Amino acid sequence: MTIYIDNKPYEAKAGKNLLEACLAAGINLPYFCWHPSLGSVGACRQCAVKVFKDEKDTQGRLVMSCMEGVRDGVRIGVEEATAKAFREQVIEWMMTNHPHDCPVCDEGGSCHLQDMTVMTGHDYRRYHYKKRTYKNQYLGPLINHEMNRCIQCYRCVRYYHDYAGGDDLNVFAAHNHVYFGRDKDGVLQSPFSGNLAEVCPTGVFTDKTLKEHYTRKWDLTMAPSVCTHCSVGCNITAGERYGKLRCVVNRYNEEVNGYFLCDRGRFGYEFVNSENRVTQPLIRGRMSEAVSEEELMHELSVLLSQQKLVGIGSARASLESNFALRQLVGAGNFYAGISETEAYLTRLIVQVMQEGTLHSASLKDIEQADAVIVLGEDVWNTAPMMALAVRQAAMKTAANNAAAQLSLPAWHDAAIKELVQTDKGFLANITVAGSPIDNIAQVTVHAVPDDIARLGFAVAHELSNTLPALANADEKLLQTARQIAAALQQSKHPVIVSGLSCVNSAVIRAAFDIAAALNNTHWKASVAYVLPECNSMGLALMQAPSAERIFDSSNANDMTALILENDLYRYLPQATADAFFSRCSNVIALDSIHNNTTEKAQVLIPAATFAEADGSMVNYEGRTQHYYKVFIPKEGHIKESFHWLNSMRIAKNNRSNGHGLSLDELLHEAEIEMPVFEGVHDAMLSPHYSIHGEHIPREPHRYSGRTAMYANLNVSEQKPLQEEGESAFGFTMEGFKGQPPADAAPFFWSPGWNSGQSVTKYQQEPGGAFKGHIPAVQLFHDKVDKAPVFFKDIPEAFVARKQKWLVLPQYHVLASGELSSYTKALASLLPEACVVLSETDAALLGVRDGDKIRVHPGTTALPVKVHLSLANGVVLISAGLPGTEVYNWGDWVKIEKE
Amino acid sequence: MAVKLLLENAHVEGIRYYEAYRRTGGYRSVEKALKMTPEAIVEEVKKSGLRGRGGAGFPAGMKWSFIAKPEGVPRHLVCNADESEPGTFKDRYLMEFLPHLLIEGLIVSSFALGSNATYIYIRGEYAWIPDILEHAIDEAKANGWLGKNILGTGFDCEIYVQRGAGAYICGEETALIESLEGKRGNPRIKPPFPAVKGVWDRPTVVNNVETLAAVVPIINMGGDEYAKIGVGRSTGTKLISACGNINKPGVYEIDMTISVEEFIYSDEYCGGIPNGKKLKACIPGGSSVPILPANLLLKTAKGETRYMNYESLSDGGFATGSMMGSGGFIVLDEDQCVVRNTLTLARFYRHESCGQCSPCREGTGWMEKILKNIEYGKGKMSDIDLLWDIQRKIEGNTICPLGDAAAWPVAAAIRHFRDEFEWHVLNPEESQRRNYGLAHYADAREIVAA
Repeated sequence: MTIYIDNKPYEAKAGKNLLEACLAAGINLPYFCWHPSLGSVGACRQCAVKVFKDEKDTQGRLVMSCMEGVRDGVRIGVEEATAKAFREQVIEWMMTNHPHDCPVCDEGGSCHLQDMTVMTGHDYRRYHYKKRTYKNQYLGPLINHEMNRCIQCYRCVRYYHDYAGGDDLNVFAAHNHVYFGRDKDGVLQSPFSGNLAEVCPTGVFTDKTLKEHYTRKWDLTMAPSVCTHCSVGCNITAGERYGKLRCVVNRYNEEVNGYFLCDRGRFGYEFVNSENRVTQPLIRGRMSEAVSEEELMHELSVLLSQQKLVGIGSARASLESNFALRQLVGAGNFYAGISETEAYLTRLIVQVMQEGTLHSASLKDIEQADAVIVLGEDVWNTAPMMALAVRQAAMKTAANNAAAQLSLPAWHDAAIKELVQTDKGFLANITVAGSPIDNIAQVTVHAVPDDIARLGFAVAHELSNTLPALANADEKLLQTARQIAAALQQSKHPVIVSGLSCVNSAVIRAAFDIAAALNNTHWKASVAYVLPECNSMGLALMQAPSAERIFDSSNANDMTALILENDLYRYLPQATADAFFSRCSNVIALDSIHNNTTEKAQVLIPAATFAEADGSMVNYEGRTQHYYKVFIPKEGHIKESFHWLNSMRIAKNNRSNGHGLSLDELLHEAEIEMPVFEGVHDAMLSPHYSIHGEHIPREPHRYSGRTAMYANLNVSEQKPLQEEGESAFGFTMEGFKGQPPADAAPFFWSPGWNSGQSVTKYQQEPGGAFKGHIPAVQLFHDKVDKAPVFFKDIPEAFVARKQKWLVLPQYHVLASGELSSYTKALASLLPEACVVLSETDAALLGVRDGDKIRVHPGTTALPVKVHLSLANGVVLISAGLPGTEVYNWGDWVKIEKE
Repeated sequence: MAVKLLLENAHVEGIRYYEAYRRTGGYRSVEKALKMTPEAIVEEVKKSGLRGRGGAGFPAGMKWSFIAKPEGVPRHLVCNADESEPGTFKDRYLMEFLPHLLIEGLIVSSFALGSNATYIYIRGEYAWIPDILEHAIDEAKANGWLGKNILGTGFDCEIYVQRGAGAYICGEETALIESLEGKRGNPRIKPPFPAVKGVWDRPTVVNNVETLAAVVPIINMGGDEYAKIGVGRSTGTKLISACGNINKPGVYEIDMTISVEEFIYSDEYCGGIPNGKKLKACIPGGSSVPILPANLLLKTAKGETRYMNYESLSDGGFATGSMMGSGGFIVLDEDQCVVRNTLTLARFYRHESCGQCSPCREGTGWMEKILKNIEYGKGKMSDIDLLWDIQRKIEGNTICPLGDAAAWPVAAAIRHFRDEFEWHVLNPEESQRRNYGLAHYADAREIVAA
C-alpha cells in the first residue's frame, strides 16, 4: 500500500505501524520505547507525527506513530511544525533529569539518546532546577548500573522481564521517580542480562567488562565475527584497541540471533586477553626466547617425517584449520578430538540431517514455531539463545492467538500483553532434571534418557500409527504422549529440539521420528539438534573417527600426535587421555591458551583465537558462517592454526620455497576433497572484495586518536599492524566511506545513528532481513519428496541398577564452553561443581546436601546436591566447571561416600 | 425542597446498619429487579439517562450495553471507590453512612450485567470504610441478599472489597483493573476496552459508587420517572461535595436545575462565603477541571445564568467554561492565592503520575517547580509562558487522562488569572506578604445583579 509522508508517496507493508513504515522508508524519526523485538507500548511519546484526514486537512491530529497502524493512503507529517515541536519537547522533558554526563559515560559515542536528541534539534535548556538523583545498585560483575541517566523508556523491564523471562529486575516507585533495578543489590540472575546494555537507549545499563578496559566505539577496530561459545553461532561484532579485545556486541542476524546474545557469548571474550595465552613457539627443554620460527620449522620437519603421524581435529577450531590438519596428516590419520560417544551421536545427527527429509530449524524458525517439543536437551544450558527462542515461540503463539481474536496488529505489545495475560503457546519441555523454561511449558517431564526416548516414540506412534507402539508402557506416559501429539496435530509449524545432553542415541532417533511423523501429513515440522561446540557440526561433517578410535589400531604406539586447538582432558576421561599420551612419543599442540593438553606437548605452537583469525564454522543447523580477524596480535608469532599447518605442510614435503594456501584456496580444496562442503566459500567475502577499489575500514571514520590514551608518551597513535596478503577489510580508517552492504559491515553505523540501533539502516524494514543479497550457506538441503526412513527400535524402559548409576553431564549456562570459563567475570559467577542425586538415592547412600562423594571411575570428590524430581538410578555431574573432570557420559558409574 | 433520591434517609438513626435500612424501604429494588430480565434493567438504566458520576459523565446504560458476552466467560462488575480527586468526597459519604445503598445498587447492577463476583476497589486512604462495607456485606448476606441463589432466583453474587494502596491513578479504570489484578497500577492502552477484556481478561464494567447507588432509585421509580428529574441530558440527582470558603461545607444532593449562585449562596446548600468575603473563583468539578473566576462562574460568557448541571457548567468550553466532573465543588474567596492553589494541585498531580509516559511524568514535575518559583518570588515572566507551553504539550498527548487532569488546572489558572501570576513575578516580596485579592473585577454578585 501507499502512504504519504510529508506529501511524498512511499510504499509500506500492511500490518506495520507508522513508525516502522517511516524507518523502513529511511526517514529519521526518533523513538525510545519501541524496539523491533519488543513492539510498541506508546510510553515515551517521542515518535509523535501528525496524521491528516485528507489532502485538504491542514490541522491534523498528533499521534504516536508507534501506536498507529499503516492504512492505505494515510497522510502523515513528520516534518510538520507542531509534531516537530512536540518531539523536541519530549526530549527536553527527558533531559530535565538526564545528567548530561556524556564525557564520562560509557554509552557516549554509541548512545541512542544522544542520537535522538540531536535528531530532534533540542539544543537549549529551559529547565533550571535541580535534577533528580538515585542510588545505583550493584548488579553483578557483568552489568553496571547508573540510574541517574535513565529516561524511563521501560525497555529494560520489557526486555528483561517480558522478553527474556527474568524476574529479578523491575520498575519501582512512581511519578518522576520511577526506578529500574532489583529489589536489592545483587547479581542479575538471567543469563541474558548483557542485552540490557544494548536495549537501554542510554548509559543506565552498560557492559561492566568493557569498563575494565574502556574504549569508545569510535576508537575500536571492529570486524564481523561469530560467537565461539556454543553450537548456535550467534553473530557478533568484536572490538579491539591496543592489542586488547575490548568488547563483544550483538551483530544482527535475522535468521540466527536477531538483536540479542547470551551472557556467555557477550562476556566470554576475555580469554583472548588472558595472561595464560600461548604467545611464543615453545619446544620442551628449550628457553622460549631461543625458538625462532626457522628453528621451529626445522624441529617440526623432523617430527612430521615420523611414520605414525596422527592429527587430532577440534570442534572449536575453524573448518579451514581442521582441513589443513587433515591435509597435513592425511585423511586416514585424521581423528576428531572428541569422545567416541560424542562422535557416534553427532554422526547420527549428521546422517539424519543429510537425509534432508526434515527441515533444519534456525533460531528464527524456532521463534516462529507454534508448538515446540524439547526432547531431552538441556537447551537453557547448552544453547542459551535457543532457549530464548523457545521462550519466544511460546510467548508469540499466545500473542498471535490473542491478536487474531481482536484483530490487533502484532506490534501492539501493550494491548496484546493484556489479552495474553498468562497464556502460552504449546511447549513440552522433556528433560532429565528440569530447566528454567519449565515454567512456561504446558508439559514438563523429568525422566531418564531412555524413558525420554520412549515418550518420544510414543508421541510418534500417536501421530502415525504405522510406527510401532510402546511395549509395556505405563498409562501416565501414554497420556502425556497423547497430550503432546494432540497439540502437535493442531500446530502448523512445530519444531522438535533435541541434542546431545542426554548422551543417548534413542532420544535423537525419537526426535527424528516425531518430526518425520508430522511431516507425513500436510504440515511442515522442523528439527534442531544442539551440539556441544561451535564447530562440532563442521568437524562431524568431515567424518573423522573419534580420538578414542586410535586405540583400535594394533600399532598405536610411538605416535607423533598433532593436536589442534583442543584440550583432550575436556573431552575424554582422564584415564583415556593419559593412555593416549602414553602412547605418543611426540606431541605437537597448537593452541591459544595453556591447558592440560599443552602440558603434554613437546612442541607448542601459538594459535590465534577467533578475534585474531579468519575462519568458517558450521553451526548446529548446518549453516556455515565466516568470521574475520578483528586485529593482528602484537605477539608476531600468534597465527591462525591453518597458517601454521600450511607451513608445516611445506616443511614436511621439504618444499622450502612453496607458498601456503590462502584461506579461499584452502576452502576450494576442501570443497573438492569433501563435496559435503560444497559452497562453503560463499560464506566469506572474497579477500579481493572491494567497493570502488577500496577496502572496507575496520575503524569508524571518527577513529582519529582523539582519545589518545598514550599521549603522554607519544601523541601519534600506534599504527595498526597490517595483514600480509589480501583482505576485504583494512586495518585503518582509510577506505570506503559509504555504507557497506550488511554482510560486509564490520560495525553498524549510519549518519546520525551512532548506536547499535543504526542496524535499521541496513535492513529492508526494522527487524527484518538485510538489504541486498546475503548468501546463506546451508549445508543441509531439504528434500521435500523424499520419504523418511523411520527408526523403529524403541529402548526398554529404564531400570535403575543396583549399586550403579547412569552418569550424565550437567552443563552450566555460563561455563560449559571451554573458553568462556577463562573470563574472570563469568568465572566469578560459576556455581560450585556438584553431583546431583535423587532423594531416594541420596538416602540409600546415606548422604545429604553438601556431603562429599566419590564417583568411580574418577578421581575427585564432589559435594552432593539432592534433586527432588530426578529419577532414581541417575547421577548428574557438573560438566565444564573448574575442578570437574570428564566421565564416560552415558555409562554406568559407582558411587561411594567420602 | 429539592428532590432527594440518594440521601433521603441519610439522617435516619442507624441507617448504616441493615435493620434501619431495610425498615426505610431498603432492598426493594433488588426484589423488583430480580423479577425482571437483565436486559430490562439495562433498558431502564438507559431510559433514565443516568450519566457516569465519576467525572467523565458517560451514559451508564450505554456503557453497560457494551459489555461483551462470550459463551462461558464470567463477567465482572467493579465498583470504582478510589475517590481520590482533591475536593471530591461524595462517595466517601455514601459508603460511610449509606453502605447498604451501595450494596443494593451493586446487587441489582451485578444481576443486570451477569456478574457473580463483584468488586469494590476502595481508595487506600479510606482506611476505616472497608470495615463498614464488609459489615454491610455480611449483613446483606445473612439476610439472603447476597450469596448463592439470591431470593430463589438462581442468581449467585458475591461482593469483595479490595483496598487500594493509595495511588490516585488507580481511579482510572484500566489502572484500577491492573491494581485489582495485583499488578502495578499503570493505565492500559485501549483497545482492548474493559468491556471486552477487563479484569483477568474477562468482560468488565467499572462504575463509580454514586452511579451504582443511583441504580436503586432508578429501579424503584422506573427509568422514565428518573429521567424527568433534572434538565436536558443532566437527569436525576447529583451529589456535590462542597468545600473551601463556604459557610456550610458538606455533601449535597441537587437535582441539577439550580443555579450556581443559588448553590453557593442559599442556606439550603453552601450558605454563602464566611466573614462577608467576596467570591473570587471556584473549581466546580474536582481539582482537575478548569478553575473559573467568579464572573464566569455565575454567568456564562453569553451572560446567561450558569446552572449546576453538565451542560451549563461546560458552556463556553475551556475558554470560558469548566466541567461538572466528579462534583467536587471548591470555592475560593478573595483572600485566596490562585498561584498557590495551582501549585498545590500541580504538586498533587506530579506525585500521582504513574511514571509511564514522558509528558506526564516529566511535565508535571517541571510545572510544579516553576509554580513553586513563581509562588515564592523567584519566578520570571518567561516562566509563565513556559508553563503554558508545557501544559499545552502535555494535554492530549498522554496515555491516560491524568495528563489532561494535570494540565487543565494550570491552563485555566493562567488563562483567567495571568495578571496574578505576573503580579507574583513583578512583586516578589509583596507577593510573599499578601494576596493579590480580587484585582480586576468587583464583587461577582454585583455583576450578576447588573
